[in-house]
Amino acid sequence: MCLAIAGCIVEIDDLEAQVKIGDTLVATRLDLIGEVKVGDYVLVHAGFAINTIEKEDAEELDEIWAELGGGAW
Amino acid sequence: MSTIARCRELAATIAAAKPPPMTIMEVCGTHSHAIARYGLKQLLPEQVRFVSGPGCPVCVTADGDLDAIVQIAAQGAIIATFGDMVRVPGPRGSLAEARAAGADIRVLYSPLQSLQLARENPARQVVLLGIGFETTVPSIAVTVSEAARRDLDNFSIYCAHKLVPPALKALVEDPEAQIDAFLCPGHVSTIIGVAAYEFLAADYGIACAIGGFGPTDILEAVRALIEQIKGAAPCVQNCYTRAVDYEGNTLAQSQLAGVFGPTDAEWRGLGAIPASGLRLRDEYSHLDARNRYELEPPIPYDPGPCICGDVLQGKALPAECPAFGTRCTPASPIGPCMVSSEGSCAAMFKYRET
Repeated sequence: MCLAIAGCIVEIDDLEAQVKIGDTLVATRLDLIGEVKVGDYVLVHAGFAINTIEKEDAEELDEIWAELGGGAW
Repeated sequence: MSTIARCRELAATIAAAKPPPMTIMEVCGTHSHAIARYGLKQLLPEQVRFVSGPGCPVCVTADGDLDAIVQIAAQGAIIATFGDMVRVPGPRGSLAEARAAGADIRVLYSPLQSLQLARENPARQVVLLGIGFETTVPSIAVTVSEAARRDLDNFSIYCAHKLVPPALKALVEDPEAQIDAFLCPGHVSTIIGVAAYEFLAADYGIACAIGGFGPTDILEAVRALIEQIKGAAPCVQNCYTRAVDYEGNTLAQSQLAGVFGPTDAEWRGLGAIPASGLRLRDEYSHLDARNRYELEPPIPYDPGPCICGDVLQGKALPAECPAFGTRCTPASPIGPCMVSSEGSCAAMFKYRET
């Protein structure tokens, strides 16, 4: 339940962003993090970005979740 | 270097360090799954023992709360919940059984969807289940403050949130517990930061490492814990710097604190723990589902041979339960640790580790 997945912000409209996670765009709220811009990478939990992260780290996390997650999460 | 080669190298480094006998509690349910999936226990020297902790929010939810939630569902409210809660058996059955009997249970991805449900169903009450640790609570706090701002009078929350550090304190203060080290959760720590665990090292001498979820992340954290224990120098090491810093997410912390305040809470297995739960602050108390429904007192409940309470305290392994894998399976669970995808019994069953 504390799962968080990394993605790249592709669009921002006030507190609402579209975040590309894998091949999917996910509506994500930005209430819980400071200022971000399109192209930044964020960790997303329950529809909210909870932290910004580096691109390389996001890619590594992606691999971990792909391996750990399968379809079970 | 491939992940497998790095794991082997780390395992060899750990074995060469000749660790003393030690028990590491992995606090987070996702860690329990990763450890089982990657077979990390088999990679480590046998004197390094892992036990699972109270790191699955659904699993630690007390029967009394489950009972209240199922009663609210039976009174006609739309229950908005994360999916893991639906199949947990309680004194008056599970939410899934309530749904079969006509209750309206909706599974959410984001808690904000509960506000949409309230707007779309103005003639009905929507009750958001506040289940989850510090990772989840800030998003619930945003949802509650938005409901208040919009004067949504058909929205309320049943708050059963839990806080991780007070539970870890209760565990190390238990004279029966034999925990030498905590593998601290990753994304709870994103919110609360390294600082939140420092009392465990300073006041109780417990080694702590915050770990990521990849196999090398976890082995790095284990190596850090072994070094702390061998050097008799407990501290809190951050082995998940990708997502965690010292202070944590202070904006999320302030969102949480603006809506919720600490309260005593009942945990499955661990019992009542002071200041380990959250209640709505007075200015949001009109959104408290507990004030909107007539609830009968909890009824006695004996789920049969289930040792989830002991498993959640690291006092028993899932395989030590007489029902594990026979009467209790993910398809037909008796206890919550077998229901939730984060439960340690489900992890052990899925990867057939005993």
